[in-house]
Amino acid sequence: MMAGLNELKKKVVESQLWRSMFRHDYLDTPRNRVLQIMANVWLHLHPPKIRRHAVKIRFTWCMGGITFLMFLSTVVTGVILMFYYRPVAEYAYADMKYLKFDVPFGMIVRNMHRWAAHGMVITVWLHMFRVFMTGSYKPPREFNWVVGVVLLTITLLLSFTGYLLPWDQLSIWAVTVGTNMARATPLLGTEGPFAEVVGVTPRYDARAFLLGGTLVGPPTLLRFYVLHCIFLPILASLLMIVHFWRIRKDGGISGPL
Amino acid sequence: MADEVGLRGDSADRLIIEADEGLATIWSRRDFFSLAGWGGIVAALGAGGLAFGRFMFPRVLFEPVPIFKAGLPEEYPIGTVSERWKQEQRVWVVHEPDGFYALLAVCTHLGCTPNWLNAENKFKCPCHGSGFRRTGVNFEGPAPRPLERVKIALAEDGQLLIDKSIQFRFEKGEWTKSDAFLKLRA
Repeated sequence: MMAGLNELKKKVVESQLWRSMFRHDYLDTPRNRVLQIMANVWLHLHPPKIRRHAVKIRFTWCMGGITFLMFLSTVVTGVILMFYYRPVAEYAYADMKYLKFDVPFGMIVRNMHRWAAHGMVITVWLHMFRVFMTGSYKPPREFNWVVGVVLLTITLLLSFTGYLLPWDQLSIWAVTVGTNMARATPLLGTEGPFAEVVGVTPRYDARAFLLGGTLVGPPTLLRFYVLHCIFLPILASLLMIVHFWRIRKDGGISGPL
Repeated sequence: MADEVGLRGDSADRLIIEADEGLATIWSRRDFFSLAGWGGIVAALGAGGLAFGRFMFPRVLFEPVPIFKAGLPEEYPIGTVSERWKQEQRVWVVHEPDGFYALLAVCTHLGCTPNWLNAENKFKCPCHGSGFRRTGVNFEGPAPRPLERVKIALAEDGQLLIDKSIQFRFEKGEWTKSDAFLKLRA
């Protein structure tokens, strides 16, 4: 029986199909372990080997990794929610309620999305706090720090755009307040510096660009939905690839002070 | 270049033509095509970007009509601030002894809807605490400027006609304009 299984495994692993996908086996030698990582498009962003201090929970708090886990949770649950939610003024609120009360497991998926988003904002801050306190923003890691600050901004924008989607009083007024700040954009906002020079009006300015009109209405809901589900996640993913890859290129996780 | 020729030294190298110093121009053919190629890409992306910028501002907006009739003047007692149209139109109608003015119920801080507190004779915003006098002038909280007044007139049927698309700002001295205040004999 066992011999038969081994025979089968050998057949599979040595087949051309298998060899075309996986170049390296599990041979536990230092060289083979490096090859396993380097030959894999997903794993190669990570270093094949790390220093002992890098796995110390007291040093990293694992906050970057937990942030990434939160992001993955929101992506998975978010895509699942997209099967029911329609970003149309007539349906959005009802769909949210439908998910909450009538769709099996809808409530837990929605709440996982919500809490992972909250958690991601918190863990991003803690991650930044750790990086700052351990001086890990210093050269040669200064570029990665800047990428991280942009990722923080995208995280906040993801939360902000997602906030509108339930389409209730809370979200409409929060977004009214938030987008009113865009009026103060230099050059591009009607109440910002140099607005007269550019000649922007409430109908054609940075706020109207975000809202798709002059007030928070149905076009705003659709715009925020596209930003929330397409534009911002793709931007965040691209920058995360750079962020993780740069850790390896900048010499791995910084050492303890 | 000379080194490479020396290193390889096979017959193919004879095909490499060295630029004659005398014939050398600032722009080689390769520079020109490189610049033209990249220039084309930048121009195409730029044109696409500009087009997208314009694309995001539709020519027609489907938004509520800014003009509405607010009933007969007699329906508003003198010396009151009416919240009758706040829910529906975001406008307060104020009837003073010498006439009417209409205030937009949009806080000049970040756009929330303030409340009229009759006992304290002021408008108070629930979001960040901005306060405005019954004239609309700000006096407390973060609001940077007075509330906006909107055009108020009499329609042919004798009703008050309010046009929110025409706004008057105190700090620009526009409150003294004729459409900002409807003079009526009490």
